Amino acid sequence: MVSLLDKKKTAAQIVANARSEEKMSAYELIDGIFSEFMELHGDRLSDDDAAIVGGVAKFNDTPVTVIATNKGKSAEERLRTHFGCPEPSGYRKSLRLIKQAEKFRRPVIAFVNTAGAYPGKSAEENGQGEAIAHNLLEISSVKTPVISMIYGEGGSGGALALACGDRVWMFENSMYSVLSPEGFAAILWKDSSRADEAADVMQLTPEKLLEQHVIDGIVPESRSHKRVFKAVKKILQKELTDLEKLTSSELIEKRHQRFRQF
Amino acid sequence: MQLFNELKTLGHKHIKADKKAGEKVPSGMWIACPKCHQSFYHKDLGIYQVCPNCEYGFRITARERLKWLVDSFSEMDDSLKTTDPLKFPNYQKKLSKARIQTGLNDSVLTGMAKIEDQRLALGIMDPAFIMGSMGTITGEKITRLFERATRQRVPVVLFTSSGGARMQEGIFSLMQMAKISQAVKRHSEAGLLYITVLTDPTTGGVTASFAMQGDIILSEPRVLVGFAGKRVIEQTTHQKVPSDLQDAERVLEHGFIDAIVARKDIKNKIAWLLELHSKGSDVNG
Ligand SMILES: [Zn+2]
Repeated sequence: MVSLLDKKKTAAQIVANARSEEKMSAYELIDGIFSEFMELHGDRLSDDDAAIVGGVAKFNDTPVTVIATNKGKSAEERLRTHFGCPEPSGYRKSLRLIKQAEKFRRPVIAFVNTAGAYPGKSAEENGQGEAIAHNLLEISSVKTPVISMIYGEGGSGGALALACGDRVWMFENSMYSVLSPEGFAAILWKDSSRADEAADVMQLTPEKLLEQHVIDGIVPESRSHKRVFKAVKKILQKELTDLEKLTSSELIEKRHQRFRQF
Repeated sequence: MQLFNELKTLGHKHIKADKKAGEKVPSGMWIACPKCHQSFYHKDLGIYQVCPNCEYGFRITARERLKWLVDSFSEMDDSLKTTDPLKFPNYQKKLSKARIQTGLNDSVLTGMAKIEDQRLALGIMDPAFIMGSMGTITGEKITRLFERATRQRVPVVLFTSSGGARMQEGIFSLMQMAKISQAVKRHSEAGLLYITVLTDPTTGGVTASFAMQGDIILSEPRVLVGFAGKRVIEQTTHQKVPSDLQDAERVLEHGFIDAIVARKDIKNKIAWLLELHSKGSDVNG
């Protein structure tokens, strides 16, 4: 096992670390950064997806809306969350909470750690594609700041649906890609064992993605969770201060430019 | 046990047949419909390239579709070329081959068109261009199409057909979903009409963005419409999925498609919908 603290890591090592069992859970992260978190359940249509946790909390006394994909800790929880792969109802719950945040002018902080949207029979029947598409469409013009942090895996459209706002940060040991390195190797080289090589070609590390302006910064990690929380809080405080200076139309215009450049 | 085996064989046949859907109709040959498995002499498919038995529309290139779809067309952005952001081995060779095969610079044809004297911004994805995958130029052409349509206050009609992301362009392929979605949103906020027509196959990141963002979502008959691939679903859930799970007809039953329209009727249906919405757009303008 490569230490999370090794400074120079290969892309394959970052992939392993991003998927590590040592990663914090969504609830640990929320408890460490916010106070008085109250979870709000359900998409108001049909379901409450355990793979996406959402609710309201205070961040240094400011009310915020918090959304986080959740892989779970226990075997039972991991089964229930499909190891952090959301169902369409998860995306619909997150959009409901984002629209609620807009109404009350609360900033949205989203934490992402998912291999991707869940590929299942009922997910297809319930419109997985439509659910993600609707998030992308609506978040593009939501009149409140949306800051995302990828803290483990950022897999494809299922991650993008929660990372299409004003700022995207990544933890030092996290990845963000169009599909898994295994899938990439299988499709392009018909050989999933070449995943390490794929990881390198795909430019999925925080460093590479920062160079390409896909993300806005990298959260330093350390063995002490407290230190990580402190780093995250400092970044959030600065980003929120900057974003709250903007009028709604400036905010949306800058968000537009952020993605228009690609 | 016997039943299980039969089902399995049928499923296998179906997957094999679906792969054949990507192949071009060989001239002077008998051709099997990948959906109903009946064989026809190629001329029986007619100008629309449709199965006479089940109305499945065979995969055709964007330029073939254009021939019978519009009354006039002026193409846009036909010389944009990808920067190949990952410098992916052999990608340039693959692109050159696709360009020759389709007569396009990337996987979508875009331009301003007229159907029965009504102006529209038209996009047609091409399943023969690296499986209609979404590269940076695909995204850029569609984004520019929406931007122009917003400026000129015209509706957008988009024919989707895509295997999903362009792997060779990595994360930049993914970013197109967000980029296009914001252009769709601005067009929508201007009170303008957006119609999507799903054609075989519409999957992955295209389904999870602009294919499902239309005011009106039409589909040709028996089109494959889905987010995840069938094989990925089966590997993840360890369950066999029904062979018709992602048929447009089932997707309509679940509430995600407005209407299924036969290929020969698409032009008239679009003309009618454009006419129906032309007043509303005038009022907003
Ligand atoms: Zn047929």
